[in-house]
Amino acid sequence: MKKQQRLVMRTVILLLLLAALGYTIYANFFTEKTAVAVGSTAPDFVLSDLEGREHRLSDYRGKGVFLNFWGTWCKPCEREMPYMNELYPIYQKQGVEILAVNVGEPKLNVEKFAERFGLTFPIVIDRQDQVLNAYGVGPLPTTFLIDKNGKVKKIITGTMTKEDIKQHLESIKP
Amino acid sequence: MEQVKCECGHVNPHGTVFCESCGKPLEEQGEKSLLDMRYEGSARRSQTYKRTIVDQIWAFFSSVKVGVALIVITLIASVIGTIFPQEMYIPPNVNPADYYEEQYGWAGKLYYELGFNNLYGSWWYILLIALIGVSLVICSLDRVVPLYRALKRQGVKRHPHFLERQRLFGVSRISDMDQAVALLKERLAKQRYRVREEDGHLLAEKGRFSRWGPYVNHVGLIIFLIGAMLRSVPGMYIDEVMWVREGETKEIPGTNGQYFLKSEKFIFDTYKKGEDNEVFNAAIDRVGDGMIAENYQTNVVLYKRVGPTVAGAKPELEKVKEYPIRVNEPLKFDHYALYQVDFRLNEPKTMSFQLTDKQSGKTLGTVAIDLYDPKETYNLGNGYRVELLSYFPDFEFDEDGNPSTKSRVPNNPAFVFKMYAPDRPEGEVSFVAIQQTLEPFGDNKYKMAFAELETRNVSGLTVRRDFTLWILGVGGAIFMFGLVQGMYWNHRRIWVQRVNGELWIAAHTNKNWFGLKKELHRLLDGTGLTMPADRLEERKQAGQGGQAHGTA
Repeated sequence: MKKQQRLVMRTVILLLLLAALGYTIYANFFTEKTAVAVGSTAPDFVLSDLEGREHRLSDYRGKGVFLNFWGTWCKPCEREMPYMNELYPIYQKQGVEILAVNVGEPKLNVEKFAERFGLTFPIVIDRQDQVLNAYGVGPLPTTFLIDKNGKVKKIITGTMTKEDIKQHLESIKP
Repeated sequence: MEQVKCECGHVNPHGTVFCESCGKPLEEQGEKSLLDMRYEGSARRSQTYKRTIVDQIWAFFSSVKVGVALIVITLIASVIGTIFPQEMYIPPNVNPADYYEEQYGWAGKLYYELGFNNLYGSWWYILLIALIGVSLVICSLDRVVPLYRALKRQGVKRHPHFLERQRLFGVSRISDMDQAVALLKERLAKQRYRVREEDGHLLAEKGRFSRWGPYVNHVGLIIFLIGAMLRSVPGMYIDEVMWVREGETKEIPGTNGQYFLKSEKFIFDTYKKGEDNEVFNAAIDRVGDGMIAENYQTNVVLYKRVGPTVAGAKPELEKVKEYPIRVNEPLKFDHYALYQVDFRLNEPKTMSFQLTDKQSGKTLGTVAIDLYDPKETYNLGNGYRVELLSYFPDFEFDEDGNPSTKSRVPNNPAFVFKMYAPDRPEGEVSFVAIQQTLEPFGDNKYKMAFAELETRNVSGLTVRRDFTLWILGVGGAIFMFGLVQGMYWNHRRIWVQRVNGELWIAAHTNKNWFGLKKELHRLLDGTGLTMPADRLEERKQAGQGGQAHGTA
């Protein structure tokens, strides 16, 4: 019947419009603005640490990785570094690695910083901002929690308390 | 009752104002009033059935009032959005939540909390735009379908009530009807009307095409909105900023590590007297020699990465091309475009100091410090050595009064040196910033005297890739086409009908009644037929004369 047809037609058109509207809202507000989304595989990278050893993210498969982007001038980074340092040996034994990516500062400054706080976890320097771009890091500090399968479990922007860090490390234990 | 059968035999949908075929008014109105010809008196679909929830939603969006309300709300919101600055214009290093409240008090706080600080990105603004889109689609569909139907089905012979209730209407009594109708038919054809004849009655029509203008326009607008919507689909739209220093090779953001760019040189030229065309001299005098920019240019080399993409690994690069990027002359490759948008001149790159004996002024060697990768120790020979204890690329005193750095860019480099000499084996500490030297542990024998600053320019480029541009272009073109179609053509109809031995002439147009009247004058000139009167004008005049009667 004609009336039936009209109802079907209207329903279809309304659904199409609703889908377009829904997608726009979804794409703008419910997807990660960063290049890396929670649940996706963390982009692989290779960077050298202060001793010249290469660290490749994919070599850490099977372990949890606490990937922290930081700079020496960034005060919140400075605040959380000692906590990370304290918890590092405890969680390293349980299969969680801490990897700190410095955002392309002079090696001298990074070394002095590491010395000052006696940092023991590996610090790599992203000289050309390539890793920064691949992870779409904006403000510092930004931390990516990566599980044993190389998937991003959580992205944290901003400073963390010791308790926060502990919980995050706990959450990516293999 | 679902359908209405007219006395002419045509079956009309429920809600029709006057019969689609013969035009007889179906709903009784004041006898003398003019017919409302909007949408040809057709039944707007939404008003027909309001039973299910779907129909109710449909009816809501099909209302022009709702559409206008949505547009007005959006306009008001946009106006409010200009009261305080948008977030992109506030200082970059402040927290917007605090900034608005600090600067503008409670109003600023409210402004921020309601999302006016980032208006185009706030969810309710996007929702409003989307609802306008929905309203546009439904409003149009709900009107264009019945309108098309009504215009397609209109009969030549119209009911007398239809004719006498038109705005332009006249009655003539003549002897030879056939001759008059034949003459009118010929003249109408000459005026490029499409003429249909039925039982000696005429319907002349031109420019029906114009009626579709608004709907074509809406289709364009909807395509435009779809294009705008697609910008939020990943990969469709890239808009990034990159800063590249002279001599530096950098990954181009937004290309997933596929492309790299090297800046060979940044050039900033100004108009100079004597070097440029004389016609510029007056302007140069007014503004000052060397003050007017002539050219901003970055000479670049584009590289493509070959082999696997692993971020951070030293990339294997293949040269693609060299290009001078100038304002409005972007480097284009693989759908990307790199635009020259900004620059910084003379950013410090290397700083040189001379180790100098303060008393004798004798220099004992030069230390050149790469501000991006300084060494820890500089050996000058003969037992002279300088150690770099601390380096602050962008020096400031922090809240606690300690020297620190604001960023990693060497805008204002400062150093803490330890100078060793044969006669100072313990070393002397000296703090050196631009035009400032401190000796924290007493008077030193030696000093680091500033010798030279090597600088380089930095280019600010925009990386742009836009796959939605052609959609916006197509949408815009259709929009414009529809606008022209509706604006510059008029849909005119003239009915010529024999009624009880009289010749009735009625005419209607959707706009430009003046033009239609002129056409009627030419048509009836010398025929002896009565020129149809403009009854709306008559009524207006009657109303102005204080004798308001028979209001429309």
